Amino acid sequence: MSEVVLEARDITRKFMISSGFMRAKRPLHAVNGVNLKLHRGEVLALVGESGCGKTTLAKMLLGLLPPSSGSLELDGQPLASLSHLDVARIVQPIFQDPYSSLNPRKTIGNIISLPLVAQGDKDPASWRQRAEEIMELVGLPRRVYNNFPSQLSGGQRQRVAIARALINRPRVVICDEPTSALDVSVQSQILNLLQDLRQELGLTYLMISHNLAVVEHMATRIAVMYLGRVVEEGDAETVYNSPRHPYTKALLGSVLTPDPNLGVPDTHLGAAYPNPLDMPSGCTFHPRCAQAMPSCTSEVPLPVPTGSGHVECNLYEEEQDKMRMTS
Amino acid sequence: MSNKILEVQDLTIDIPTPSGTLHAVQKVSIHVDRGETLCIVGESGCGKSLTSLAIMDLLPKKAMRTATRLELAGESVFEIGERRMSDIRGNRMSMIFQEPMTSLNPAYTIGDQLTEALRRHRKVSRSEARDRAVFLLEKVGITAAASRLGQYPHQLSGGLRQRVMIAMALMCGPDLIIADEPTTALDVTIQAQILHLLAELQREFNMGLILITHDLGVVARIADRVAVMYAGQIVETGSAAQIFSAPAHPYTRGLLACIPIPGKTERGAHLGAIPGIVPSLVGKMSGCHFASRCPEVQQNCTSAPIPQFEALDPGRSVRCLQAENAAMRSAGQEGVA
Amino acid sequence: MTDATKSPSVPQGGSILSSGLDDVLEPSPGSLMRKRVFGHTGLVIGGGVLLIIFLMAVLAPVISPGDPYDQDLSRKLIPPIWHDSDKVTWDHPLGTDLLGRDYMTRLFYGARISLLIGFAAMLISGVIGTTLGVLAGYFGGKVDMVVNFIITTRLSMPVVLVALAVVSLVGSSLTVVIWVLGLLIWDRFAVVMRSATQQVRGLDFVAAAQSLGCSTRRIILSEIMPNIANHLIVIATIEMAHAILLEAALSFLGLGVQPPDPSWGLMIAEAKGMIFFDAWTITIPGIALFALVLSINLLGDGMRDVTAPENRN
Repeated sequence: MSEVVLEARDITRKFMISSGFMRAKRPLHAVNGVNLKLHRGEVLALVGESGCGKTTLAKMLLGLLPPSSGSLELDGQPLASLSHLDVARIVQPIFQDPYSSLNPRKTIGNIISLPLVAQGDKDPASWRQRAEEIMELVGLPRRVYNNFPSQLSGGQRQRVAIARALINRPRVVICDEPTSALDVSVQSQILNLLQDLRQELGLTYLMISHNLAVVEHMATRIAVMYLGRVVEEGDAETVYNSPRHPYTKALLGSVLTPDPNLGVPDTHLGAAYPNPLDMPSGCTFHPRCAQAMPSCTSEVPLPVPTGSGHVECNLYEEEQDKMRMTS
Repeated sequence: MSNKILEVQDLTIDIPTPSGTLHAVQKVSIHVDRGETLCIVGESGCGKSLTSLAIMDLLPKKAMRTATRLELAGESVFEIGERRMSDIRGNRMSMIFQEPMTSLNPAYTIGDQLTEALRRHRKVSRSEARDRAVFLLEKVGITAAASRLGQYPHQLSGGLRQRVMIAMALMCGPDLIIADEPTTALDVTIQAQILHLLAELQREFNMGLILITHDLGVVARIADRVAVMYAGQIVETGSAAQIFSAPAHPYTRGLLACIPIPGKTERGAHLGAIPGIVPSLVGKMSGCHFASRCPEVQQNCTSAPIPQFEALDPGRSVRCLQAENAAMRSAGQEGVA
Repeated sequence: MTDATKSPSVPQGGSILSSGLDDVLEPSPGSLMRKRVFGHTGLVIGGGVLLIIFLMAVLAPVISPGDPYDQDLSRKLIPPIWHDSDKVTWDHPLGTDLLGRDYMTRLFYGARISLLIGFAAMLISGVIGTTLGVLAGYFGGKVDMVVNFIITTRLSMPVVLVALAVVSLVGSSLTVVIWVLGLLIWDRFAVVMRSATQQVRGLDFVAAAQSLGCSTRRIILSEIMPNIANHLIVIATIEMAHAILLEAALSFLGLGVQPPDPSWGLMIAEAKGMIFFDAWTITIPGIALFALVLSINLLGDGMRDVTAPENRN
């Protein structure tokens, strides 16, 4: 397998939430022991409902938020030992909303060359040229260099955001719902662009999305998050064709493909997403699980290795036991 | 009496702007039958939300609405006064908005908001209204309904709030529900649940449902009939099966090619795209609005306004000269044979 | 909903959606702004009146008919020229005061003092308030708590009383008045800048700058400040008008600008004895003060309207 460009080992992040005046603060485990490996050139999709910790995890991987425990490595070096500028050279984000991710008071040229300014790039004379090169690469006409974001369309703005992220040629790009704020016809253009750029520049993507159709199209690996943990991970093919965790099954079951012969699926997931301040005992998914067993309320499932990744579910207890026996 | 709940003919909305009149909606005609789901699908700015607001008579003040016919259950909206209209709104037809957080008033309890419309429109007693609220909250799948009545919107999750919105829309037993992107702000799992619920309730209460969305997946799964809107016009209508299996308008085809479909589109391959941008709706327009982006554009497409072509199939129409020509040709061939 | 709220505020259809490379660009923010500024009646009137008063102040030595300190008791209380009196003379178009000083000259020189105090006090309070507000809004947490405490403390002090006490303790002079006002009226700057910063700070472009490794200094100065400058300008105008009124009040009470310096507040104070006999001695500086404060407020209101296009329809 190719080199690992980003690795998270058992990282957690907790926030202290005050539960009222004069009451003790309680910990909220937004990310609760996540292991992730990102290999060069792959597209790892991180899927899960809002509040599952996807965004907190992304912030930690960008070095914007230190993990409460666990370690992060970028390019083989511990993230804690790298400066902000070093991290910025290796990993860059693309945000969901191109309307708020560009400073409305700056010109497109200034926005795209900001990374060069921030890095204290030695050669200001080349900035304009480099900005124009990257603009061409992402399909922006040069003449918008002196325009402001308000003069561009949503799709063009997202191209500007991509150009800004790529001008210093990072190795990893973290795309947080890169197309969900865009119209369908624009979305496909941005997805095509991301695919092309990946091949052309040898990029590695971590793609956060709740649109499973998009995920299926883009990803080579999929990690499913639920309440701060990765409950299933594996090759995109495997996870799509034979999901193992009941939550993954429910997620895939709720994808609405445009097929008028099918009705709206019933996910049997229950209405309530659990309060992360007051997590269910045992397997955190058991209150919503269609296949829950009595033991699920008390037994915390351990990761069970699957062909291409792992799954955390008591249904695969036997395999778990076998694993314990052998170890 | 016919089964038609809503009949709209040639609805036009003009909005004056400093740079000229914005023709936001142009001669849109739709109708909804009892127990039928009509999906209006289109991208942002195509006028789909304004259309729904116009039906509800909730347009911003400066927008000008005209129509040759706007009838709710056989009653013309133009002939009845403001008071009668506000009586109909919320009573005979109600609306569900995209953002459940902002459409509920944070200062009042769920119970207050649920019972308000019913008590205003139907003059029922407090306890009767309360009973109906509990009944409907249970119907929309909210557990411990009675105790929820005293809660405030911020105490509920997004999915629950949207369920409350649906219950609120059902309070007066309306004939028609207009849902504007009701699931866009929700997670996929919740989206499926809410749509499932809407479809079920609609069948149970035999209401008309207009669902406005940009998500073709949602449309395919829930619609009986579909109206595709582009740049202020309806470009294609038909049953869901017709639209998805044989889209007649190049825009509909383009949209369908843009979305990745698990199992159908090749993973990692290029998706279809619609190049160009939506034309400005300010000022005078001529010809087909889609012409500047259309891969099949011909010379005559830009010269004159494109009429709705009705004779494709029963209940089907398309606003495209090329589709019309193709249909004529095949009809001609059939005639010969 | 999005359609309904978006389309009216976005006149150009081209911006509603799109993608490709060949598209209609909207006019630049600069040219849009110019169009809005000159299309806003209140802003044009406010700016115009303020400009006139500003020119009066700057050109006072050139355009004044006399010397503001030149007393001539033999020519005292000459009424302005529109009065039906045999005393009126074109040497003193607005008449003279109790000590025979030319009223128009004193009005012009008084404008200097009002504008100077207003501007300087606004500058001092602006620096203090903006610094506190931006820091509190950007860092949040403990910094925010401390700043909030300072703001609350300041708000619990009655401005006029504290100013009176300080001025009567350390003595009165132009500099003292400027500093006292500057140190007292920064609260609105702090409150508004704090919430404006909080808003902007939550936007993705700030997170983008952070993940580019930009320093906090750069983020605050070049990402956040330009986006809250419109609020800053509006508050600055409000506070300038506020400072000018406070100065007039202090001078009226005898604790602001000291005689014989001309100040509009002082002119009103000096004339208060004659209100029933020579009312113009009060109305002239009164109208000047009113016009100045009104024009600054119109300007501020207008600035708010043209810099926040999403709020107007």
